[in-house]
Amino acid sequence: MSADFVISALVTIVGVSTPILLAATGELVVEKAGVLNLGVEGMMLIGAVTAFAVTLSTFNPWLGVACAAAAGLGSSLLFGLLVLWLGSNQVATGLALAIFGIGLSSLVGTSYVGMIIPRFTSIFPDALARDPFWRVVFGYSPLVYFALATIFGVGWLLKRTRPGLVLRAVGENDLSAHSIGYPVLPIRLAAVAFGGAMSGIAGSYFSMVITPLWAEQMTAGRGWIALALVVFGGWRAARLLSGAYFFGILMTLELYAKASGFSLLPSQFWAAMPYLAAVAVLAVISSREGRGGEAPACLGRPFLPNG
Amino acid sequence: MNHRITRRRLMQGAGASLALSALGGRAFADEPLKVGYIYLGPVGDFGWTWAHDKGRKEMVAALGGKVVADYVENVKEDASALPVLRDLAQQGHRLIFTTSYGYMEQSVQLATEFPNVIVEHCTGYKRAKNLGTYNSRFHEGRAVLGTIAGMMSKSGTIGYLGSYKVPEVVLGVNAFTLAAQAKNPNIKVKLVMIDSWFDPAKESAAAETLANLGCDVITTHTDSPAPLQLCEQKGIFGFGQGADMSRFAPHAHLTAIEDIWGPYYTARAKAVLDGSWKPDDTWWGFKDGTVKISPYNPRMPKEVQAEADKIQAGWKSGSYDVFAGPIVDQAGKQRVAKGEKMKDADLAVIDWYVKGVQS
Repeated sequence: MSADFVISALVTIVGVSTPILLAATGELVVEKAGVLNLGVEGMMLIGAVTAFAVTLSTFNPWLGVACAAAAGLGSSLLFGLLVLWLGSNQVATGLALAIFGIGLSSLVGTSYVGMIIPRFTSIFPDALARDPFWRVVFGYSPLVYFALATIFGVGWLLKRTRPGLVLRAVGENDLSAHSIGYPVLPIRLAAVAFGGAMSGIAGSYFSMVITPLWAEQMTAGRGWIALALVVFGGWRAARLLSGAYFFGILMTLELYAKASGFSLLPSQFWAAMPYLAAVAVLAVISSREGRGGEAPACLGRPFLPNG
Repeated sequence: MNHRITRRRLMQGAGASLALSALGGRAFADEPLKVGYIYLGPVGDFGWTWAHDKGRKEMVAALGGKVVADYVENVKEDASALPVLRDLAQQGHRLIFTTSYGYMEQSVQLATEFPNVIVEHCTGYKRAKNLGTYNSRFHEGRAVLGTIAGMMSKSGTIGYLGSYKVPEVVLGVNAFTLAAQAKNPNIKVKLVMIDSWFDPAKESAAAETLANLGCDVITTHTDSPAPLQLCEQKGIFGFGQGADMSRFAPHAHLTAIEDIWGPYYTARAKAVLDGSWKPDDTWWGFKDGTVKISPYNPRMPKEVQAEADKIQAGWKSGSYDVFAGPIVDQAGKQRVAKGEKMKDADLAVIDWYVKGVQS
């Protein structure tokens, strides 16, 4: 087990974990504010196709990522409008957004099949980015560092700042927050918008970093895993970060095990896992007595100030 | 005679109307034949499904107004495929192609429920009065790829990215390995099954894993160009799957196995049109033109190109068979004796790997 082997494995692990981390970070903020947005998979795909299309036309990957964020944000605003102002059921609307995103991205993406863009690789100089040892630190796409910075930022924001406190208050007890005078719905909409932007960026990671091409449903269920990750991390940023990398390690280890001749778990389990996770998420959310102590108290419930 | 409704009258009337409807049936024979397809993935996968759709378009072009073809893409290989198939049958499609192994049971069910619809299942092995199977001898192509990989690999380890352990994939792995071993007897083939025909991110991660474990030539049985892009990034070699994917990896892409379905689809539609269709197990390869090898990458040395050409010629003339004995399986048991060749019936249900495959 040489150093190069370990480093190569670490690089793969980071690559697998980052998109899930990006999407889960966004969803963490959304759920902390008390909204359950199940449409992560759809928003990721919208982000992926937008990033690809923009980068293909403008040759500017930064613009691609920015537009992916904007597209994800836009689609989440649609969800926010329906759920926050029209009071529609959050679970159903979220699922509808997921399906809508899958379909819309496929439609928009039909003309981009078979095209390629340059991979959005590290911005550090080659000496560091390709160095056999230092690439484990410097060899990643800027999105990886962005993901890490964002989860730390979100964790700090939620725990130690006043805006974070307000956000948590809105998610824990929206009526009290309302009575103090905080605008509950605009705050929730802002959180939903942030979640949408992060999902869009997570999607861009697929079409710009992992595989610089567009293919329908290329996120292959990672959005559902991101949703599950928020729950399994107990709605805490630190646990979410370690959970994302833990998942990356599991997936990568499974591939290494298979390639070396043995399997940790039956491979059908891995295929079923995203769906099992989604079901588990919904089960946990629906039972307040279960892990209700950790979930934001108002998660999934509409804001009804007048009763 | 009074005109009471008697049983005799009723039976005569029924017989007359039946005869009339038979006449009416012939009048509809000038309507174009409706052909239906169900695809596993999107036509935009640039691989397996794309090749089938290309074949569909070629059939429509060849037969003009005599056929009309429809397709449904992204049909999962589970019970949800049945309603789609039933819908196609009820809409009047009299010839339906199910283009993936996982549609086996659904195809059997469809054939039972709709005896007037002809169903053709790709890469399967169950047949009925109105259910035929068809396949392409991809393993002939894999033998060419294995020959190239065996000669081009410097590390002595080559990788195979598989999808599911079904006969088609096992055949591919075995053909690839046997052909590579013919060029380098000590070659090792690392096999990873990712339980999906199409998942670009996972394909990329699996290819990266194989590369990290020492493989310097990787072939894939999955449908996206993602593994090739990984090979390009790592500076190792790879092969395209189902289509010429050289634009995705100009340095890494050595060649590709191309699936050419047009001639087959045209022939089958013609057979249904003129009434000569019979349930068959068609297994065409290089000789009949369903398998094609893409142009070689100029970076391939001339002697490797020559060897690859030799293998292709051998398949076409019938003088070469990669599954000629002696063949030993992973456990060491001899499966094919020296001087023998594996029969098609055994190839179609194969479930063991040859020695040298690390799975």
